[in-house]
Amino acid sequence: MQKQAIFQAKLLPYALVAPQLAIVLIFFYWPAAQAVIQSFLLQDAFGLSTSFIWFDNYIELFQDPAYYEAIVRTFFFSFAIAVSSLSFALLLAVMADKPLRGSMLYRTLLIWPYAVAPPVVGVLWIFMLHPSLGVLSRYLRGMGVDWNPLLDGDQAAALIILAAAWKQISYNFLFFLAGLQAIPKSVFEAAAIDGARPMRRFWTVTFPLLSPTIFFLLVVNIVYAFFDTFGIIDTMTRGGPGTSTVTLVYKVYTDGLLGGNLGSSAAQSVILMVMVIVLTGIQFRFVERKVTY
Amino acid sequence: MANVTLRNVRKTYPGGFEAIKGVNVDVADGQFCVLVGPSGCGKSTLLRMVAGLETVSGGEIDIGGRVVNQVEPADRDIAMVFQNYALYPHMSVFNNMAYGLRNRGMKEAEVKTRVDEAARVLELTPMLERKPRQLSGGQRQRVAMGRAIVRQPKVFLFDEPLSNLDAKLRIAMRVEIRKLQRRLSTTSIYVTHDQLEAMTLADILVVMNGGQVEQFGNPLAIYEKPATTFVASFIGAPPMNLMSMRADEIKSQIGNSGDAGILGIRPEDFVITDQTPAGGVALPLTVEAIERVGAETFIYGSRKQDEQRIAANPGELPPGEVIVRIPGSEAPPIGQKIRVAAVRAKLHLFSDDGRTRIEA
Repeated sequence: MQKQAIFQAKLLPYALVAPQLAIVLIFFYWPAAQAVIQSFLLQDAFGLSTSFIWFDNYIELFQDPAYYEAIVRTFFFSFAIAVSSLSFALLLAVMADKPLRGSMLYRTLLIWPYAVAPPVVGVLWIFMLHPSLGVLSRYLRGMGVDWNPLLDGDQAAALIILAAAWKQISYNFLFFLAGLQAIPKSVFEAAAIDGARPMRRFWTVTFPLLSPTIFFLLVVNIVYAFFDTFGIIDTMTRGGPGTSTVTLVYKVYTDGLLGGNLGSSAAQSVILMVMVIVLTGIQFRFVERKVTY
Repeated sequence: MANVTLRNVRKTYPGGFEAIKGVNVDVADGQFCVLVGPSGCGKSTLLRMVAGLETVSGGEIDIGGRVVNQVEPADRDIAMVFQNYALYPHMSVFNNMAYGLRNRGMKEAEVKTRVDEAARVLELTPMLERKPRQLSGGQRQRVAMGRAIVRQPKVFLFDEPLSNLDAKLRIAMRVEIRKLQRRLSTTSIYVTHDQLEAMTLADILVVMNGGQVEQFGNPLAIYEKPATTFVASFIGAPPMNLMSMRADEIKSQIGNSGDAGILGIRPEDFVITDQTPAGGVALPLTVEAIERVGAETFIYGSRKQDEQRIAANPGELPPGEVIVRIPGSEAPPIGQKIRVAAVRAKLHLFSDDGRTRIEA
């Protein structure tokens, strides 16, 4: 079997890949290169004077306590979002995997939230939990909770985590369900005959057999929490109150576009780029090789 | 050690499909019972009901004097070997076998003794630390067996355990399973669609069709006196020749008076001869195909349509064809006209619908 097509003309293959290459170059490599160059420059707010300052943007960044706070906050958010959405999605998937009537219907319904765009998710949740408009806020206050995420930073953070995790549940659910269905039913039956009660069966058979899926989703969720929560944060809290919901990505936006410090913003982008590369590297390395049972 | 009794066991699926239509089977303590039948006859469903993996819609399943209809699989004191082995892929061979023991809170020293003993019997000792994916099909099969025997259960259940193995290994494992069962003398129920496996393994054979038991008993007794045409054509390879006959044909050919019926003759009960034995039957045939398998030869012949008609029930011979089995490899050439005959004692006569055997 010949696996490669043979082109007679020398130019045709290049012409065929050119559109894709052009898109990648213009929309990925060019901005990335711009960010790297920009991160070495100091520019005034009006763009009238530019000077080359080597690593001063980076040095300044790592001497800024606010940046460390953002790093810690981002990691905390990622961890909280990943763990809560993964565990809830796994619970739903285990339930939905049971042969019950109407399973197609609720499986479909559980997947829908993934079709909602992040800013819309933010709007939905803020409608429900807005201190003066929200339906749920009423109940929370009725239960004696002093609910005001517009003033309380911790509550704002909880709100972001809740909305971001909720959005990701569908995606995780889909992968968990597929993962569960890939395990032969007879393995569970063998475990049942072997005297393992449902909880023990879950922790000793289901969970280990799902570990490749879990690891894959963990990385995907962390990347999601790092980068795709921008829309949710921007619609819900705009980083506030104060800076209590400013993540690394949101800080790129506020420092650069709102604060006018393009050099620092670019340096932050470059650091984020490195983080993505590392995460993707880990994923490729482990998902493809290590995590097999 | 326990007997297994099924009393009028039924299974109806929510859609209304009746998979098991009232089955009565009695397996005595230490017996090896084989459930055999074509795909979809309900034999696996029945086994899974005994295991507790399927609910029972009606009747009673009794293991060792206790009705277990509502008992969890874990508490029925059974062990099951699955068709795809169902090994835990993330556990080593040792842990696969130890899992069921640890779940029951057995002390680790005792677990090790039992697993080591099972591994020794099954020649798995060098592989105890390996994962299932590092084993061959036959080795996985033995691990599945090991997982069943370490538990020392009252009953072994086998769900087509050999069907994923190649032909040679299947025969070897068949003998192993039989020897092991004899040695442990644990009551066993074994499901297969392979009639040869069924014949060779069973103390008691249960032939199933369409959710019902067609016949059960000693395998040789079933072979010699099949109760229905289904059993007659299912047990034995090549299958019994079955021919529909009118009442007057039965009267003239074999001297039985009565209604129209189906005459059955096993391929090996024919001999090539010009004589017609007293009370027996003879058929003129034209040789159409020859299969030589070494020790024996199968002759596929056709009969003239007007002499006798052959039943065209599903699973039986196509009309006009008769299979004759003769020892050795000498056979008449294709196209030759021959005459075969069978003695009276080797004739099987069934009612016209094939549901009852008529003692000729």
